[in-house]
Amino acid sequence: MTTDTGLTVVRSATPAWRRRLGSVIAHVLLIGASVLMLYPLLWMLSASFRPESEIFNSHSLIPSSVSLHGYISGWFGLSRSFDTFFLNSLTISLLCVAGNLAACSLTAFAFARLEFKGRNLWFALMLGTLMLPYQVTLIPQYVLFLNIGWVNTFLPLVVPKFLAADSFFIFLMVQFFRGLPRELDEAAMMDGCSPWRIYYKILLPLSLPVLTTAGIFTFIFTWDDFFGPLIYLNSISTYTVTIALRTFVDSTAESNWSGLFAMSILSLVPIFVIFLFFQRYLIEGIATTGMKR
Amino acid sequence: MTARSVGAASDPPGRAVTPSFWSRIWTENGPGYLFLLPWFIGFFGLTIAPILSSLYLSFTNFDMLTPPQWVGMDNYVRMFTNDPKFYQSMRVTLLFVAFSVPLKLAFALAVALLLNRGMKGLPIYRAVFYLPSLLGASVAIAVLWRTLFAGDGLVNQGLALIGIQGPAWISNPRYSLWTLVALAVWQFGSPMIIFLAGLRQIPQDVYEAASLEGAGRWRIFWKITLPLLTPVVFFNAIIQTIEGFKSFTPAFIISGGTGNPVNSTLFYTLYLYQEAFAFFRMGYASALAWVLLIIVAVFTGISFLSSRYWVHYDN
Repeated sequence: MTTDTGLTVVRSATPAWRRRLGSVIAHVLLIGASVLMLYPLLWMLSASFRPESEIFNSHSLIPSSVSLHGYISGWFGLSRSFDTFFLNSLTISLLCVAGNLAACSLTAFAFARLEFKGRNLWFALMLGTLMLPYQVTLIPQYVLFLNIGWVNTFLPLVVPKFLAADSFFIFLMVQFFRGLPRELDEAAMMDGCSPWRIYYKILLPLSLPVLTTAGIFTFIFTWDDFFGPLIYLNSISTYTVTIALRTFVDSTAESNWSGLFAMSILSLVPIFVIFLFFQRYLIEGIATTGMKR
Repeated sequence: MTARSVGAASDPPGRAVTPSFWSRIWTENGPGYLFLLPWFIGFFGLTIAPILSSLYLSFTNFDMLTPPQWVGMDNYVRMFTNDPKFYQSMRVTLLFVAFSVPLKLAFALAVALLLNRGMKGLPIYRAVFYLPSLLGASVAIAVLWRTLFAGDGLVNQGLALIGIQGPAWISNPRYSLWTLVALAVWQFGSPMIIFLAGLRQIPQDVYEAASLEGAGRWRIFWKITLPLLTPVVFFNAIIQTIEGFKSFTPAFIISGGTGNPVNSTLFYTLYLYQEAFAFFRMGYASALAWVLLIIVAVFTGISFLSSRYWVHYDN
């Protein structure tokens, strides 16, 4: 559906030179828009390599001299260095990916492939939580996690993923599982395969595309998450990169812009790498499901 | 009713031994419920119970130190009669949604239409336009925005080149919200991808028939492309509006968590956060959350009702 062949071309009676002109104009517009879109990002990239004095005095994207000062002073800019924050973000994100893939696929398998009483009711209830604003569950969840002593640990951010709290990904996987031929499980059932083996040995290996999509989106959402860490993590040793950046803005930004930009750039690197290597999954994921990014 | 008679009615043929009632219940339902076990714990523990308790808390005063005190409708009454900040945050959020969503969708559709003309280099353009939308939600981008629109930031330096003296966008209450709208519109990439996918679904022969009859490009857009695309427009509008209502990070970072200047960027979510986690008025914050839920639900309901009149479905 999103392959790059088979584009729509409106062939009309317009002469060839006018079509050409139209296409040149379109390219000029698009290139102009591209420059405008990317300029802020490139400016931040270049600012991160500039000496402090030059940052706000130059529109040019190429620094007069490349300085790593921002990266070094930024990395050690808070009372703990950024390796703590990157490690925390990475730990949380990978645990969330594991939790979402395991729990959502189990749930989706039950909804898509198993027969049991009440299935449609539970499925409808699950769908009902899709559009629920998180603010409605926020405060009681916070009180709960506070009372069991989980505040200031990664648990409130990670454990819900292992309990399939992300209905969106359940829905995504149900749709995918339903598209796989049913004869597969029926044949396996005849051979005496248990549901667990059907799930584990047959369905999961066939579901790599949807698992990849769910995995990368979970990673991006968690890596970028600001609200969750903001309320649940309050000692600096547990900070994620997002919270560390915010602390940076509040404490030292005015005196260390290049450090702030350098750390901001580094915080975007994992997402950019995913963009480079998994762009097809990102674009297909969005085109078919309207994923938020 | 005995176990045997129930079993006999629905037993699949060819089973040698009729199992007991309970073991049959188990084999028919057990695996399904076992697979759902993690979800059940999450659904009841992290969704249903919290929804009910936040409804209860919304009728109480609760500071987390002492037990909740029942105050009846007080929170809701205060919200609607005696809380200017509530109205202000509502106003800011509605303005943000009302401007950012249509603008974002208009850009997304315009670029998608341009790209869909069989442009060379489509994958590159698509990637370039998508990138801001992928990165845009991060704190780093909000930080960048804050510096771009500062009094001596890049935007004003650019304006100075063409002889315009720009205001201090971020710290001027007249403009601060518009920098957030600009940030949202900059991220038009993902609705653009959805539009592109939708445009591909429109059958080629419809266009051919139209152009044979001599319809111009403008007419084709209004009479064919747009009506056939309304389901996608509707879908994008719903998703983006709900996202708009939930937006939090940019306003928090750009205003340093305050919603200032003069509460001009006090998003509803930000106000709720302040009530709950800065002032520990958990009861009042719960009431705010329930009002948000009702607004989102009413909005979605109205959209679906209205869609019957303007969204074109094939069957």
